[in-house]
Amino acid sequence: GAEAVRAAMGGSASVLPRDALSEYQELTFLNKQEILLAYKRFSELLPKEERENACSVRVPKSQILTLPELRANPFQHRICRVFSTSNAGDDSMSFEDFLDMLSVFSDSATSDIKSHYAFRIFDFDDDGTLDRKDLEKLVNCLTGQGEESRLNNAEMEQLIRNILEESDIDKDGTINLSEFQHVISRCPDFARYSSICG
Amino acid sequence: EVFLPEEMRGPAPVDFLQELPSYQSALRRRTAATTAGSQERRAAPEGFAGLRAAEAQGPKPEGSELALRPAREHPGSMAERRRLRDHQQVDIKYLSGWEQWKRTSSKSLKRALSEVKELSSYLKLWRRDIHSIEGKFGTGIQSYFSFLRFLVLLNFVIFILMFSFVTLPSVISKSGVFNSSFAKIPLRNIDSHCTVYEPSGNKGLVYFYTYLKDLLTGTGILEVTVLFYGYYTIDAAWISMMRYNLPLAYLLATFAYLALSLLWIIIRSVEGFKQNLVHAEDQFQSYCNKVFAGWDFCITDTNAARLKHRSLLYELQTDLEEERRKEKIAGRTMKEKLRIYALRVLVNVVVIAVLSGCFYSIYRATVFSQEKSNVSMVYMTLEANLLVQYLPSIVITLANFIAPLIFSFLITFEEYSPAFEIRLTLMRCIFVRLASIAVLLFSLWSQISFCVTDKCNACGYNYELYPCWETDVGREMYKLMIFDFIIILAGVLFLDFPRKLLVTHCPCKLVQWFGLQEFGISDNVLEIVYGQTICWIGTFFSPLLPAIATIKYFIVFYIKKISLKYTCKPAAKPIRASSSNFFFLVVLLIGLVLAFVPLGISIARIPSSKACGPFRNFNTSWAVVPDTVLGFPKGLQQVLYGIASEAFAVPFFMVVCLIMFYFIALAGAHKRVVELLREQLVLVRSESTFL
Repeated sequence: GAEAVRAAMGGSASVLPRDALSEYQELTFLNKQEILLAYKRFSELLPKEERENACSVRVPKSQILTLPELRANPFQHRICRVFSTSNAGDDSMSFEDFLDMLSVFSDSATSDIKSHYAFRIFDFDDDGTLDRKDLEKLVNCLTGQGEESRLNNAEMEQLIRNILEESDIDKDGTINLSEFQHVISRCPDFARYSSICG
Repeated sequence: EVFLPEEMRGPAPVDFLQELPSYQSALRRRTAATTAGSQERRAAPEGFAGLRAAEAQGPKPEGSELALRPAREHPGSMAERRRLRDHQQVDIKYLSGWEQWKRTSSKSLKRALSEVKELSSYLKLWRRDIHSIEGKFGTGIQSYFSFLRFLVLLNFVIFILMFSFVTLPSVISKSGVFNSSFAKIPLRNIDSHCTVYEPSGNKGLVYFYTYLKDLLTGTGILEVTVLFYGYYTIDAAWISMMRYNLPLAYLLATFAYLALSLLWIIIRSVEGFKQNLVHAEDQFQSYCNKVFAGWDFCITDTNAARLKHRSLLYELQTDLEEERRKEKIAGRTMKEKLRIYALRVLVNVVVIAVLSGCFYSIYRATVFSQEKSNVSMVYMTLEANLLVQYLPSIVITLANFIAPLIFSFLITFEEYSPAFEIRLTLMRCIFVRLASIAVLLFSLWSQISFCVTDKCNACGYNYELYPCWETDVGREMYKLMIFDFIIILAGVLFLDFPRKLLVTHCPCKLVQWFGLQEFGISDNVLEIVYGQTICWIGTFFSPLLPAIATIKYFIVFYIKKISLKYTCKPAAKPIRASSSNFFFLVVLLIGLVLAFVPLGISIARIPSSKACGPFRNFNTSWAVVPDTVLGFPKGLQQVLYGIASEAFAVPFFMVVCLIMFYFIALAGAHKRVVELLREQLVLVRSESTFL
């Protein structure tokens, strides 16, 4: 049907099959327009010859990092790591991983999902809890790279102590998923800031 | 030490976490069935591998109680969600036909609702503009523009209300379409001198600039138009054989628009209020909020990202410093405390003196303006005329400009914490802005009800100078609104753009240090709340004022947007979106409550003018309501009198107090439970490590 027509026209834009489109609508928080736009953007990241089967190809991390949403984001590497389902450990993303990412960061995603993924993004050593080292890396990501844009040791100590005081309920010095979700549910800015607009 | 295996250490503390009220309400929100819920509890793991494993299991449905949670709300990769959905599909087959139908219909309903929501979001006014502002300047400034949009809509709705219930019937009955007519019932026991009212209405040949003067000051031809109260001198109207009680409609429309505004604002602010109340114990802008929800994912530009990094660093450093400062304050000696308290008392006295000075000058300006404008103005030039008419507005604007500068200078002496400093200065500025309107109205009334002769006392107001005093009050509000709009326009044209030109083209060091201006959110919000308060007060005296307000705010949106885009630099101190929304609505609510006071006094206490308006036959404007109630059937009258009597009000008040105390006690009990559970958690965890 439509695919054949497009292919015959020889355009570089390939089309997402209809049943895949409705499946993605069901499995993610994106609507039809957003999924189609995501498909278009994903295909543009691929070289021309691979655009036909965009659904099954993986895009290397360096290409993904050129996207405007990730370009200026200090958590870009963690985001690629968390959403990538690549077995080779190279953080490459398939189209479905890409949709996953957009879905979690969309406006209609529930705050549960967002907080779940935020926890995984902030967990720099992937051990399932946020300990002091994770928090330190997190704060350094927020304040920017470069020596003059970091908190000094005393301030960092004070800050981490305050964060743990507010969120570590069982006082074990680390924040686990439940504590994190609990503290996020009381953060008024989380839902607004953790959505990619446009 | 004995190390316990990961799985055994995991569940125990986490179970207690799940009894916390916030987690419970989060659970209830998910429409998971009980079996799925218990699966959640058991499967909250510690390790990363554990996370993956738990998701791979998925909730196994049993019997007819299936997991109603849609697959997409399940965290995990797309492949896992596909598997979960297939599981759900398979089990649907075991459902009865009724359940199946319920399931499919709810799915299609959800899909239809999401389509409708998408469509309605396209209809939202200025959706794209506000979106782009959010992307470039952040959510704090975006919330100002959303607030502006809300005010445009509110004013438009108020205008529709007043137009359809007051203006349209009057125009129809006066012009005679649809076989309508109106009647001016001759007054009974009122002296005839009170009823003389001859609006000049510019007859004959006039200079062209008279029309300009009339447009700007609301006199002359505008005085007899639909714009002002004086036009609605109709005691009863018939619209194609149906009797329309215009006086009652006028009063009820006034109450309706006030109630509508109140309701709408409260509904909008409920969300922010809930969060404010819940977080009252923790510092509202806590460290967790700043660190975990600190990065704005909308930022796509590397420059904006750099600025955001800097502002986050600044924010964190300021908060840490404030905490250190608080500790220092707590360690103050008695002598230092006394010195600071004495200083604060002195500063407050100075503030009160400044406020009194402002209010007195507004009073004198109003009195002067009224006296001069009652003398024939034919002998004055256009400019002198306008100056005299606009003198109160000019003085108010000057006061609103100077007082905040003085306040922000004085507050440094009081040595409060930075957050409190900002709030206190803001409160004082709000007070100056809104109270100056009250002072203006008060001085107007003192002029209007200034009576020496007996003849004057018979009417209740100064009938010689103010035969139709409501129109005069309406005219003052109209002038205030026009002047406010001119000031906003002039501010952008003559302050913002020249500053930008100067900074870009002049390499002088002083100028560069001055720099571009930041978009001062609180100042701008106060400006538009001031305008809205004028609109609320003035609509009773001038029913078309909301239309003017709608147009004014519509244009102000574009003016501010252009000013923001071309002349402003991003703020150094970040404004949090969450607190902004609530703050705007609180200030608006203060303005609304303040608007109730003058309106209440005019409607219920001051005698309505006998020469014009729909309330000529009544003592006060409120008197039309008891009059109408007397016309009701006896039973209804009894009910209404019963509701208004003490026998009903006192028990009602007591019941409301009881309910309030119950909820306060409930909240206190919840707090205690939370504390207990926290202690238990720590206890359990420390116990388990010692085992």
